Amino acid sequence: MKSLKLAALIENLNRFVSFVHTCSEECGFEGKRLMEIELAVEEAMVNIFNYAYPEGEGQVEMQCALKEGKKFVIEIHDKGIPFDTLSRSDPNTTSDIGDREIGGLGIYFIKKVADEVRYSRKDDMNILTVVFLV
Amino acid sequence: MNLNVKNEEKETLVSLAGRMDAVSSPEFEKELGRLIDEGNVNFVIDLTELDYISSAGLRSVLVTAKKLKGKNGQILLASLQAVVKEVFEISGFSTIIPIYESVEEAMAAL
Repeated sequence: MKSLKLAALIENLNRFVSFVHTCSEECGFEGKRLMEIELAVEEAMVNIFNYAYPEGEGQVEMQCALKEGKKFVIEIHDKGIPFDTLSRSDPNTTSDIGDREIGGLGIYFIKKVADEVRYSRKDDMNILTVVFLV
Repeated sequence: MNLNVKNEEKETLVSLAGRMDAVSSPEFEKELGRLIDEGNVNFVIDLTELDYISSAGLRSVLVTAKKLKGKNGQILLASLQAVVKEVFEISGFSTIIPIYESVEEAMAAL
């Protein structure tokens, strides 16, 4: 398992994306699938950067591992406010341009591109698990 | 992300290359906002070289499209690749923002 722990700040987005890029490449992902993994990670991280620590700074840790030889598992841990990203309802993707909003779209993307997404809260920590099948 | 602007006869052609993410998309929004303030209202965005877009990128495109709607202008997207195309499809944006297979087709549609 590999991990990267940094301050939950937008300035660190590129480092997290590069990290997951390298890990997923090592597991054999390429092309469009690799970009989908980066998309899921960006959306999850930006959410944490924006909402996890409303009063000050905190850290976020990303872990990547290949499990059972076929599951590329990304775990994202933060100690911010409890936030079950998956409990949000899916955005309306059919409304007119004037009414269209972006809120919730990022989470929706994660659900669409990943093979499995789970949320849990343990030891005051939010744990988001995103799985891509190799 | 690289952004290149070229003034054509009827429209402004903006070519994007690289990644349009939460870090780089404000740059697109700002540059397009500047071009709109200068009086440009018809845009063709060439995405041939754009490798990646996230919801933050979509937000910038939406903000720009809304600005243009108020000025009777339009933004047409052309030549979407792989994951960029997928993001527009799953978000439903491909139904509210006109998308063309090529820059030539988009230009002809204006």
